[in-house]
Amino acid sequence: MTEILSAAVIVGILTSAIRLATPYLFASIGEAFAQTSGVLNLGVDGIMLMGAFSAFYVTLHTGNVWLGALAAMLVGLLMGLLMSLISVTFKAEQGISGIGLYMFGLGLSSLLFKVLVGTVYTISGFPVIKIPFLSQIPYIGQIFFQHSLPVYAAFLLVPLAWWLLDKTTWGLKIKSVGQNPAAADSLGVNVDRVRYFSVCLGAVLAGLAGASLSTALVNLFQENLTAGLGFIAVALVYFGGWRPLGILAGALLFSVVNAFQLWLQVLGVNIQSDVAVMLPYLLTIAVLAFSMNRVRQPAALNKPFERGEN
Amino acid sequence: MPPNLIAAKPLPQHKLNIDLKDVLFRASLPLLAMLAALLIGAVLLLLLRANPFQAYAAMVTGVFGSTSGFTQSLTKATPLLLVGLGICIAFRASVINIGAEGQIILGALAATWFSLAFRHWPGWLLIPAVLLVSFLAGAIWGFIPGILKARLSVNEILSTVMMNAIALQLMNLLIRGPLMDPAGIAAGTYLAQSERIPEQAWLPRLVPQTLLHAGAILAVVLAVLVYIFLWRTTIGYRIRAVGLNPDASRYAGINVSVYQALSLTLAGAFAGLAGAVEVIGVQHRLLEGITSGYGFSGIVAALFGGLHPLGLVPASWLFGSLLVGADKMQRAVQVPSALIDTILGLVVLFVVASNLLSRRWSSRRTIEISATEEVNS
Repeated sequence: MTEILSAAVIVGILTSAIRLATPYLFASIGEAFAQTSGVLNLGVDGIMLMGAFSAFYVTLHTGNVWLGALAAMLVGLLMGLLMSLISVTFKAEQGISGIGLYMFGLGLSSLLFKVLVGTVYTISGFPVIKIPFLSQIPYIGQIFFQHSLPVYAAFLLVPLAWWLLDKTTWGLKIKSVGQNPAAADSLGVNVDRVRYFSVCLGAVLAGLAGASLSTALVNLFQENLTAGLGFIAVALVYFGGWRPLGILAGALLFSVVNAFQLWLQVLGVNIQSDVAVMLPYLLTIAVLAFSMNRVRQPAALNKPFERGEN
Repeated sequence: MPPNLIAAKPLPQHKLNIDLKDVLFRASLPLLAMLAALLIGAVLLLLLRANPFQAYAAMVTGVFGSTSGFTQSLTKATPLLLVGLGICIAFRASVINIGAEGQIILGALAATWFSLAFRHWPGWLLIPAVLLVSFLAGAIWGFIPGILKARLSVNEILSTVMMNAIALQLMNLLIRGPLMDPAGIAAGTYLAQSERIPEQAWLPRLVPQTLLHAGAILAVVLAVLVYIFLWRTTIGYRIRAVGLNPDASRYAGINVSVYQALSLTLAGAFAGLAGAVEVIGVQHRLLEGITSGYGFSGIVAALFGGLHPLGLVPASWLFGSLLVGADKMQRAVQVPSALIDTILGLVVLFVVASNLLSRRWSSRRTIEISATEEVNS
């Protein structure tokens, strides 16, 4: 057991954890916008899959990761519009429309992959950027400052989202339609427009989450690449109490456990890999159990708004 | 006249007539949703340079053109119906069960383990015992998110998704370990599947030379029983009351969270049964992919059947046909069956979206009826 506790291994685990947190941060922060406005978007995983495929496909053919990321954002936007149309305009039961969106994204990304690509290729994704000076700091440098651009972007998103939600009128509008849409409506806030905007912003970020997976973390695409990662991202929003900093804490906790589990396998510790893979899911359930009573969710979450109801 | 007096008036004589119109309208919405999804599917087929007419024709003839196709559709409808019944019970208590995949796996695991452990038992005893054990195993997998929701208000959508992932890993662990086929180990192939279960545990075949098994009858009988349970018993009434108006139910002294937990437990139990019939009716062993995604397509079937146990019978058969047809289409026009998954996703989206129209329709009709009442009085 001594080698598990060596400095090199701990640095390795933390470095992977920072990398692994990237897609969770993009997707969960995006989902936080949607949920704060009162829309539970359960289709995150489907959007991520479509984003991951588009980014992969465009990068494969153009060799330009930036175009890939742009494609993922566009596809995310389209999926977000579809989700808003069904959940906001048609006021559908959000849990079910999200599952529909997930099935659609899973099916379409598999279909496109089989027809357009066929076999698994590796692509050259976003390069690692070592931040000058900072990356030279022992341990800290390797853990935090030797990553690819999407990783830095995901972490910068946290203060940005905090500022947007807590310090701008625009964030206040999102909160108001999530807490009391009827009151917001009577004060002249266009509830449907704010929800469309929040869901679409969330979906664009979910698209980027997918892109970060296929062009920065694993640099490939295969069917069901996310393997349910998007659902965990939704759970992290609950864990984080709908606050960006809370989500950051959840994403880090989750990815540290995940990285630890991966390193256990690499080091050949005698533990069944399936048991280790179960750990993150068990952790999520435990985390949900301890967080649900702690914070109050947006009062109008999961409730379609009908004008003139009250 | 104040509105509450209108509501208290005796029911009008022409009520049956209106109900029929209402039922027709409600039944036509999902069908229109399906049609819209198939139209988009046709566009996708065109983009894939396949002839949509040829593709859809291959689907129809694949299902209705032969005994084998037809019985296959009924065989696939069986687990969909069982899963859908559970989804329907949960939905009636306004609980969304996304965990059917995991519950199917638990049922299948229990069925495999039990029929192998008690392989010397005679069939008349072994089959009911296997079904019961799977029912309980699925129930446990539904009870965990149920109790988490009741006691700690954990969102059941998220916990059931996590339970799916855990069940999948548990199955992978067992069929690569303690449950692995000894024959595969001896031959050195190490296939990730269990030993074949003893023949007396197999469900009898309804049509010789096909896969159609007695589980199909069991599922239809259970659909009727679930209908009686939900609409003719006190517990069923309370489950529905909790779903319709949790606050009013609480005032009426119903323990809302207990009934929600119960409905999730029952939902798990029915999905567990689906897992059992797949093992003892179709595969006769446990292997990877035993769920075939029935946990998700069961939700679609349940929505399509109007979340009514009896509506579910035709709805699950329709989806069974769709799945069989998709296989045949894949072979006829070389289009990946992922196309059908895409179309199923669209069906879900369109069906939930069309609920708005059906709500608007019923409220308009209520207003019309009370208006005519007022004129008549």
